Amino acid sequence: MKTKVHVFLKPGVLDVQGKAIEGALHSLGFSEAANVRVGKTIELDIPGDAAAAEAQARKMAEQLLANTVIESYRVEVG
Amino acid sequence: MKAAVVVFPGSNCDRDCKVAIERSTGAPVDMVWHQQTELPQGLDLIVLPGGFSYGDYLRCGAMAAHSPVMAEVKKAADRGVAVVGICNGFQILCEAHMLPGALLRNASLRYVCKPVELEVSNAQTRFTAGFQGRRQVKMTVGNGEGNFFADEAALDRLEGEGQVVFRYLENPNGSARNIAGIVNARGNVLGMMPHPDRAFEEELGSADGALLFQSALRSA
Repeated sequence: MKTKVHVFLKPGVLDVQGKAIEGALHSLGFSEAANVRVGKTIELDIPGDAAAAEAQARKMAEQLLANTVIESYRVEVG
Repeated sequence: MKAAVVVFPGSNCDRDCKVAIERSTGAPVDMVWHQQTELPQGLDLIVLPGGFSYGDYLRCGAMAAHSPVMAEVKKAADRGVAVVGICNGFQILCEAHMLPGALLRNASLRYVCKPVELEVSNAQTRFTAGFQGRRQVKMTVGNGEGNFFADEAALDRLEGEGQVVFRYLENPNGSARNIAGIVNARGNVLGMMPHPDRAFEEELGSADGALLFQSALRSA
């Protein structure tokens, strides 16, 4: 299954890159841009059905793909 | 007395650490490649050096924390061997859950490289005994992701248990509560962003790093 793991800093953790991008958007005239956050997406193929792929992706996120001290993650299958 | 420096692909302070430890303590220093599954016998000190292990891919220290050698470093730490992670080494110790917290991008978004004055917040650790009660030391930082983060409860615990070892007098990277270095609960694993390996002779602007290496080995 095509699987995506989206990783973002947790809401309580200051995202300085997001802040910088928000400032740049404002200076370009996009004054409506708010709460800009920067994250990353890891795409991978996992054999098996959707439930199995999601379970495996969660294990991968917990062990390596996200650092749950500072980041949260979301798994998208299919 | 015997020390080892772990070399990850992308480490760049490994040789600095070897020279710093040899010159400041006289102890022989083995270089250990990250894929080794056995450490040299009889180690008293293991250093995880600064650099950009695995190109800082995914997160600083994330890949290195899962290197084969780290399982052995954890076992050695559990036996009480002193472990010091400097800069990228500190990030690796956090990613390996050998120390609490994490290192975020500097609040300024800029890489900082300069000498910094540090408060010795706990002079009783096996790493700081050699400062002999001095409350202020100087070392150099060089980091882009040295902004120490932990949740409030974890920060309170670190402070309450005396696990905060060094604080910045002028915070260069936004670290929570000005924290520059911490130890684990047992007191034998130290992580710090400033480089003792860049401050081991007066010619380098400070010899305070030499005292840290001497303390770490003397306490073994």
